[in-house]
This record gives sequence, C-alpha cells and structure tokens, in this order.
Amino acid sequence: MLKTSLHFLVLGFFLLLFADLEVTVLDPWIELPRIFSGLVTPDLLSLWSMRVALLNTLIFALCGIALAIAMGIPLAFAFSLAPVRMGCAVVRAVHEIFWAFIFLPIVGLNPVCGVFAIAVPYAGIFAKVFAEIRQESDQRPLRALPIGADWFSRFCYGVFPIVTRSLRNYTAYRFECALRSSAVLGFIGLPTLGFQLETAFREGNYSEAAAILYLFYMLILSLKVWLKPKLVPIWLAGAFVLLAKDVSFRWENVTRFGREILPWPMRREGFAAGTDALKLAPAETYAWLQSLFQNQGIHGLWNTLVLTQIALAVTGLVAVFTFPVVCRHFSGRPTRSLGNLLLVVLRTTPEYIIAYILIQLWGPSMLPAILAISVHNGAIMAHLTGGQANQLDLRLDAPSRRSDRFGFEVLPRVYGQLLAFLFYRWEVIARESAILGILGVYTLGFYIDSAVSTDKLDQAMALIGLSVLLNVGIDAVSQAVRRWLRLSVGELVTLRE
Amino acid sequence: MSLFQLDNVDVAYNGDPILKNISLSIDEGEKLLVMGPSGAGKTTLLRKLFEVKPEKTAFIHQDFALVPQLSVFHNIYAGRLDANGWVRNLRNLVKPRDAATEEVGSIADRVGLGSHLWARVSELSGGQQQRTAVARAIYRGVDVILADEPVASVDPRQSTEILDLLIGSADTVVVTLHNISLGMETFSRAIGLKNGRLQFDTPSSSVTRKSIEQLYEPC
Repeated sequence: MLKTSLHFLVLGFFLLLFADLEVTVLDPWIELPRIFSGLVTPDLLSLWSMRVALLNTLIFALCGIALAIAMGIPLAFAFSLAPVRMGCAVVRAVHEIFWAFIFLPIVGLNPVCGVFAIAVPYAGIFAKVFAEIRQESDQRPLRALPIGADWFSRFCYGVFPIVTRSLRNYTAYRFECALRSSAVLGFIGLPTLGFQLETAFREGNYSEAAAILYLFYMLILSLKVWLKPKLVPIWLAGAFVLLAKDVSFRWENVTRFGREILPWPMRREGFAAGTDALKLAPAETYAWLQSLFQNQGIHGLWNTLVLTQIALAVTGLVAVFTFPVVCRHFSGRPTRSLGNLLLVVLRTTPEYIIAYILIQLWGPSMLPAILAISVHNGAIMAHLTGGQANQLDLRLDAPSRRSDRFGFEVLPRVYGQLLAFLFYRWEVIARESAILGILGVYTLGFYIDSAVSTDKLDQAMALIGLSVLLNVGIDAVSQAVRRWLRLSVGELVTLRE
Repeated sequence: MSLFQLDNVDVAYNGDPILKNISLSIDEGEKLLVMGPSGAGKTTLLRKLFEVKPEKTAFIHQDFALVPQLSVFHNIYAGRLDANGWVRNLRNLVKPRDAATEEVGSIADRVGLGSHLWARVSELSGGQQQRTAVARAIYRGVDVILADEPVASVDPRQSTEILDLLIGSADTVVVTLHNISLGMETFSRAIGLKNGRLQFDTPSSSVTRKSIEQLYEPC
C-alpha cells in the first residue's frame, strides 16, 4: 500500500516537469487585497437582484435530481446487464458542463438545458450507486424469506427496508452536489448564481461576488432546514411548474444537432450544394479524425492526464496532513471548530469556482488548477478521514507526542480507507481536470470549449468522446488498483462525502 | 510505600454506578489479582488506577488495542515511542533499524512471536494478537503494568507462561482475570469485586473456594 502510494507520488512530482506552472500576470497578489476587502464587506443589498438566479439554481437542482432518480432507479435494476453498465459509465464520464454544451444547441439557452445537463450524468451515477448499495446490503434477511414469494414482495420485505437509509443519505448528498453543479453551470451562461458570480468577478465587484458566495454557502448549510422529506413534493411540484413555463422545444433543432455532430467530411458536399445531403466518406473522415487528434486531441489528452496525476498526488498529501486538524486525537476543540469551518467552506465551494478565482489572481496555468482540485478534494477527504479517526479509541498508554500518535496509531488505521477513497475520486479528478480547460488551462476542456464557441459541434463531440475514453480508462485502472490492494471504500461512499 | 491509594471512591457512568465506595491501597512491588464476574467493575477499577501515573504505567487492554495494519514489530515498538525522538520513530516506522529490530525481537521471542515479527497483526490469531499486546506493555519498560484479562485468548499452558512473564517484567502488576483456576499461586494478593463493591481483599494463598463461589454466584 505504501509502495503504491509512493509510486503515485513520484509520478505526480515527475509530471510537474511537464506542467505549465507559470504565473502569467505581472503582480500575482495585486487583486488579493481587493478580493479580501470584498469578502469582509459583502454587498448584501445586491442579493435582492439575485432572486431569479437563486430560484433557477434551485429549479435546476431539484428537477435535475428528480429526473435523474426517475431514470436511475430502473437502470439500477438492470445494472447487471453489460450494455446498461457501459451506457451508464459513458454517461457518467461526461461532465455536466459538457452535457450543457451538448444540450445547448438542442434546447437552446434555457432552463431545460441546465436540468438535462444535471439529470443525465446523475442518472448514470444513481444507477451505479443504487445498484452497489443493493449489492452490498445485508443479504441474510433476504435469504430467510420464503423461497416461493414473488420478486416484488421479496424486494419490499428483504431489500428496501435495509437500504432506505443509505439511499436517503446518498440522495441528500447528491442533491448538495446538484446545487453545486447548478451554480457552476452559470459560468457557461445559464442563468444561475454562477452567472452572477462570474459577472461580479469579471467586473471586479468583489463585494457583490462575496455576497453571492455567502448566499450559496447559506443555501447548502441550511439544506437540512428547508429540505425536509415532507416538503420535498411541494418543492418539486413548484420547480416543475416554473420549469414548464420556460420550455421551448423545436424538432428542427434536434435534427440540425443530429446533422452537425457528424464529421465535416460527411457533410461537406451537401453543404456546398445547399442540399444538406450526407455522404459516407470513410477515408476522409478518418483523415479528419487523425488531424483533429494530432492538432488538438493529443495535447488536450496529455495535459488532462498530467493535471489529473499531479492533482491526485497533491490531493492525497492535503488529505493526509490536514485531517489531524479536525481529529480529536491531535487537536483541541477550538482548533477543530476552526478546521471544520475551513473544510466546510473548501468542500462546499466547487473546484471550478476556486480555480476561477485563482486564475483571476495568477492567470491561466496548471498551478491554480492543481490547487483548486486538490484543495477541494483534499478537504472532502480530510473531513471523512477525520471523522473516521475520531471514532477510534486509542489505548490508554498511547504515545503523547503527536507525531508518534500520527505515525503509529492513527494513520495506519485510517490509511487504507483514505487511499481507497482517493482512488475512488481519481475519476472525479480527471473529469474536473478536463473541465478546467474552459478557464484557459490547455486540457481537453479548452479544445472542446473552443470548438463549441466556433460552432464546430462535430469536433466538440469527437473531443468529448476522447474525454469519455480517458475517464472510462481511469475508472478501470482505479478499480484494478483498488482490487489489487484489496481496498474497499465501504460505507463511506453511501454515507457522506 | 503505597503506590495507589483509593479512599471511598465512587465511579458512575451515565448515572449508573460502576464502582461503589472502593477503598484500596496497593504498595510498590505488589502483584495483585482482581477477580469478579463480568460487569463487576474490574476494567473501571484498572482505568481508575491508570489515571494515577499515566506516563509511568503500561496498560493492556482487553481488546488488545493494537494497530491491525502494522506489523508485530511496529506494534511492540510503539510501546516505547516516548523514549525516542520523533525523527527516529518515523525512521523506524518506514524502515526499522537493526538495533530496534534486535531489541523488539528479543521481547517477541519471549512471548513466542519471534518468527512472526514482520507479520501484520490483522493476519494473526486472537492468541497471537494478545501476546503482541502483552509484549508491547513489557517493552514499554515501566514500573507498573495494568493488565485487563491479558490471557483470555491464549491456551492454559501459555497463560501461565504469560502471567509469569508479566509479573517478572514490572515491579508492580495488577491483573484482572476471568478464569480463576489460573494465577492464584502467581500473585501475592487477590481482591474480589462484585457489583462494584469490594467483596474480599486477602493474600491470594488464603482465598477460599467458598469466597470464590460467593463471588460468582448470581445475586
């Protein structure tokens, strides 16, 4: 286990040689005092004008999650079928923002686009996790039921009561993620809080940006208050009614999209003749793909991989060295409270927003991207590991020096789960690495974003396909490594991330 | 000279009294056996004693309190972390030095784990784990060992060996035991606990069959 970790660490640091870490602005700290003064003087009055954005953020998340569950449940039951598993893996491998790029030309820049962008990948995630929860649940009660009982009764009596708690916890956690996704979608133009945040930042209006950020934290921290199970139907009904107002759907958009994602060589002649006729042109299409791959794909892929591996290593380091701050075996109550607050802020703020802020400071390079990914993911893992370590009871004659406690008592006990969880998040980190390209780091997202903004949907789709291959590949490697090290994330995944 | 002195001590946990009005004095050099049915308050008494001189006392937990992910060597070595600087400890965690290996190895030999020094504790049997916990306490090298059921998972022959080893390893030794057929002759003094009260406190040679029967009789 230690050896494997070291290999990943060495690889991560070796890849630093290939990473562009340059700070491109002249004075990297010039904006910092202004941002800081914005953080302490939030413009709360501006929030009134954010009410529509806030409402949209909620609608996207609520409707997105509801549709995702509706699709995810039947898929979970069919998850033993290989095509379903593969389909879900592909759907999951595409980030919400890329999904928004795909839906944008189909449904236009309206709320439905945001809802679908959340619903589709989340359906794939729900299918997988629900199926896993079912598999890992206690099988004994099911075996004790009469053999002749029908399938549905067996499910209701032997499975559902056992898994409800995990399902509910996981869904609640996913809703929090959906709120984050919903906010981030604003950065590509959808009318959520992210859009307002981006505008405020771009205009240097840091007091307003701070107010929006605080509003977002409050929204997530108060989830337990306003998202009571009894109120969920009311919230959902309201969200869908408001969503329905904005639906505009034109069939011709779908057909146009279906045509435009086809490689250019297949459309060229029809385009020139004005007939939109399609032609199979295998040789030209292959050449087109090859040149796309050589000019963009390979660079995007390599940079995404470099960023992923560095961020993975740094995330692990952040987690290992920050969890003691929130662990009772190392820190007193005041330190722990402060540490918990910091971790909450870091894991509530999406990587994308952290990266956006850092890029405002330092200009686009891998440095802000590495920091954003590893600080956000490291905070999630430190929170989980700290919680796990708090459950440990140390022996009465345990060493009193903290470094001894850390090395000989606590870390060895929690390390397996920490590593399992880190590898579990590998795929998430890869997806995020690709996305941060939109902010100007040369990962796949950069090339996909350029293709979308120049209306080259065929190129965008091919590059998104490349990101899918990367993610599915990383997921496979991660599973192999976890199996090889006999690591299990256990309940962590379904309880709280 | 009295090492531990309890005067009319009461301990309650969540409002339930565990120890009631215990008065007990233990001298330096005594080997004390604590008997009693489960739930009598034996563990609580040991924990109370531990609080007196925590830095000079080794404690053997009933559930061993080992780190299952580390080797036998590391678990035993962890008993004496306070004797070394943190740099050396860290180094021995990553790559044990010969001197430490020799020291810890000789203790492991004495509890019959010499050939398992580099085995992970999670791969050991219950008895082997218990012996690792005992070895860690011995390696700690302090004057007082408090042991909570230190031989519950090992066979009778080994039990006697381990008890002898414990008694020979520290000046003052207090051991709780479930199995009363053991140890009578090994200890100098025996006390009986029942429902949190002291039932008897005598030299172990004068513990009678009758007093033991009364101790374990349901009330």
